[in-house]
Amino acid sequence: MLYREVGQYKTSYAADQALLPILQDKIGIAVLLLIAFVGVPLTASDFTLNSVLIPILIFSLAATGLNLLTGYTGLLSLGTGGFMGVGAYACYKLMTLFPHVNIIVFILFSGFFAAAVGIVFGLPSLRIKGFYLAVATLAAQFFLSWCFIRVPWLYNYNISASIEVPTKMLFGIAVTGPTATSVTRYLVVLAIVAVLTLLAANLVRGRTGRTWMAVRDMDLAAELIGIRLYQTKLLSFAVSSFYCGVAGAMLVFLYLGNAEPSSFDINQSFLILFMVIIGGLGSLLGSFLGATLIWGLPILLRHVPTYFGLSIESAKVDQSTFMILGALIIFFLIVEPHGLARLWQIGKQKLRVWPFPY
Amino acid sequence: MAVGLDSGKKIGGVVLGLEGITLSFGGVQALQDVSFDVREHEVRAIIGPNGAGKSSMLNVMNGFYQPQQGVIRFRGREHCWMRPHAAAAMGIARTFQNIALFKGMTVLDNIMVGRNLKMRCNFLLQALRLGPAMREEIEHRRAAEEIIDFLEIQHIRRTPVGRLPYGLQKRVELARALAMEPAVLLLDEPMAGMNLEEKQDMCRFVLEVNDHYGTTVVLIEHDMGVVMDISDRVVVLDYGRKISDGTPDEVRSDQAVIDAYLGVAH
Amino acid sequence: MMHLLYSIFVDPFVQMGAAPDLLVQTLWDGLVSGVLYALIALGFVLIFKASGVFNFAQGIMVVFAALTLVGLAEHGVPAYVALALTIVVMLVLAVGVERLILRPLVDQPEIILFMATFGLTYFLIGLGELIFGGDPKVMIAGQLGLPSGSYRITMAGGYVQLQKIDIAAAIIASLMVAGLGILFNRTRIGRALRAVADSHRAALSVGISLEQIWVIVWFAAGVVALATGIMWGARSDVSFALETIALKALPVLILGGFTSIPGAIVGGLLVSVRQKVGEFYWGSLVGGGIESWFAYVIALVFLLFRPQGLFGERIIERL
Repeated sequence: MLYREVGQYKTSYAADQALLPILQDKIGIAVLLLIAFVGVPLTASDFTLNSVLIPILIFSLAATGLNLLTGYTGLLSLGTGGFMGVGAYACYKLMTLFPHVNIIVFILFSGFFAAAVGIVFGLPSLRIKGFYLAVATLAAQFFLSWCFIRVPWLYNYNISASIEVPTKMLFGIAVTGPTATSVTRYLVVLAIVAVLTLLAANLVRGRTGRTWMAVRDMDLAAELIGIRLYQTKLLSFAVSSFYCGVAGAMLVFLYLGNAEPSSFDINQSFLILFMVIIGGLGSLLGSFLGATLIWGLPILLRHVPTYFGLSIESAKVDQSTFMILGALIIFFLIVEPHGLARLWQIGKQKLRVWPFPY
Repeated sequence: MAVGLDSGKKIGGVVLGLEGITLSFGGVQALQDVSFDVREHEVRAIIGPNGAGKSSMLNVMNGFYQPQQGVIRFRGREHCWMRPHAAAAMGIARTFQNIALFKGMTVLDNIMVGRNLKMRCNFLLQALRLGPAMREEIEHRRAAEEIIDFLEIQHIRRTPVGRLPYGLQKRVELARALAMEPAVLLLDEPMAGMNLEEKQDMCRFVLEVNDHYGTTVVLIEHDMGVVMDISDRVVVLDYGRKISDGTPDEVRSDQAVIDAYLGVAH
Repeated sequence: MMHLLYSIFVDPFVQMGAAPDLLVQTLWDGLVSGVLYALIALGFVLIFKASGVFNFAQGIMVVFAALTLVGLAEHGVPAYVALALTIVVMLVLAVGVERLILRPLVDQPEIILFMATFGLTYFLIGLGELIFGGDPKVMIAGQLGLPSGSYRITMAGGYVQLQKIDIAAAIIASLMVAGLGILFNRTRIGRALRAVADSHRAALSVGISLEQIWVIVWFAAGVVALATGIMWGARSDVSFALETIALKALPVLILGGFTSIPGAIVGGLLVSVRQKVGEFYWGSLVGGGIESWFAYVIALVFLLFRPQGLFGERIIERL
């Protein structure tokens, strides 16, 4: 009985509709944020920040974006990588065109470009559904991938056909480029992800989220109670692509430092989709759990055996990761379609009744 | 039982008129030149044997089907075809024979989504959850809670609809339709598959809705006892044609209706 | 601007007229790779028809089958024995898929099954690389008795080269299509297959064994995949790059409709010819490489006007 809502009475609808209506959750999130913003920067190593936390946060954001579209609105997209790329390249072009504007502004602003592209490729979604729509998003993915390679204007005619991120300052501290410390970049990523996640949480529990879920669960009935399908679906495409675009811009500017077209290819799209499936369709928490699991898995495979004096070739690690991923996806689809997020719920239920079994 | 009938409600003028509705799918004639009207505040029943075109009629009324011929007159304005969301916006709500709830959402969310058309706050305000958006959410939550109280479903507020038994799902669907504050409520077999007790509850709800909110009700029902008890006027369809129209007593004694139900050859 | 219009509407046709042999060669190349697309599409259609599953893993099944065959041969297994063993492996795969994926997911929404095949794809990629390594391998076409070399036909001041392997591929593909056509339309199994495609539950209720049907269909798709793998491998190498041909075959299916075998074939040929011709004559306009998305855009436009494909049946939605 460590975790219980009984006895926490709400006297207003405002209190009942709060993001975290239960005291333990409020404390939990506060502690988590404190650790993330203060504890981690003080203690974590460069490796942890650079190779674990920063990418996990960025992928969590991309997964959140895809989850809004696929998990909440029920529209399967295989174009996530492409939309992320739009964000990254838009950010890069904006930065070269207006070098004096703050880079954080552009990282956020690039999301709008991704949103616009997302809307264009979301247009077929009224006529076609299910995997037919998935094919339409594949068209977006392949077309965008092609653009990233064949339109030299996008990467300023670099011979290497890739983006190099220069050093940009924020309040006199380098936030991008080779001289930016990992702590700075981590904090910037964390702040952006935290704010955007809060906004997403507000959206999905409000009117917009309800119309999305209604469209997901039964689009014909949704139309009959006065939801405009087209607007709803396109809004979902736009918001989803916005999140993916910002994630893509961060991926290049705050994590990789340079971008190859292959960072935004079909495999990236699949990876993000897997994060959503394994984490839990229709759960924001799930997006984070899924990203953590999928990003963490190869790192674990690489590092855990060395503690036992074993070593696995890196090729074998990749192959095993593929196999485990594939198996996990099938496992979750069969056993727990709501993913890790549902397992978390079950865990909470156990805490609620602890120390009794039920 | 007789909550609404003797409470002195005033049946008003024609709110919804259907004239010469003809609907066919491919070669199959679903409706043939059907005309009838619905008056304000009345309970109007549509009955008929299976396959008579009753559900098709409701689908025409709220715009899910587009009739090939005929006119739908709602509050004096003529429409050849009501677009579904336009019909919803004009105040026509309905429930379905095979429940069409949003199964992954909670009861409360299902009802709140019915309030969608009444909510105005833009997307940005919602994302930031600023004052107006908050106030709107709370205001509509209050309306939703009122309906929840009315239909006695407080205990399942937070339950995903997919996990509810059939009878309760039917009630939630009614709640969602009521959340739209409809002028005309279309009910497609609201009592199908229910036991006696559930039927009585549902009858009570329908009559109370009609009485309290003055909502016009159009319902399809197979249980003749129910139909004769609660409806003000009845229209009878058979093979896509109207064969009778009038008060329950008139319809009951109509030879054409008796023939249709007993299967006399045409 | 004039120049652009010229290079879109005039120049390509001038080129075609000036060198008809090149045009014929391009058309031929389009047709023969179309046969391979059609074979992959056929695998998709088989599984879709009989289980309502859109099998994203068809592409990797092609690679997996080809790799198994070559891998066995590399270990000194005689070619025909290796072929037989590979067919057995495909049967095991079919049984495994039925047991571990289809059976637990029976009657689930098709989009869930679709996503499950993503899982299968990744699993097979990992497994294949783990066993056979990631390096490209050479198909044992010669040992399997497939012809090599080419015919050369002189025409219009030039010549057209027809690879013998391509002709063989076309013949084998036609035989498989004919065989499957008979299986589907003339046998008791075929009738059961179609019933299962319509509704899992209804089929069960009339006593059709879903398990058996699914194993048969996935096995048939596996054999089709093996044939595709051999043909494709004989033209280039056997490597995981082949996996992407599944993605290329997707637009074919959109055009042909997911349920139609003739649709898969016509769609495969059409898409491929259009791609080759488009790339050859118009590709230079946009810097080449349009192969990767051109077919998708065609499919997309097509979907907007006819969502059920060229040969598919119209679906009426109801509540």
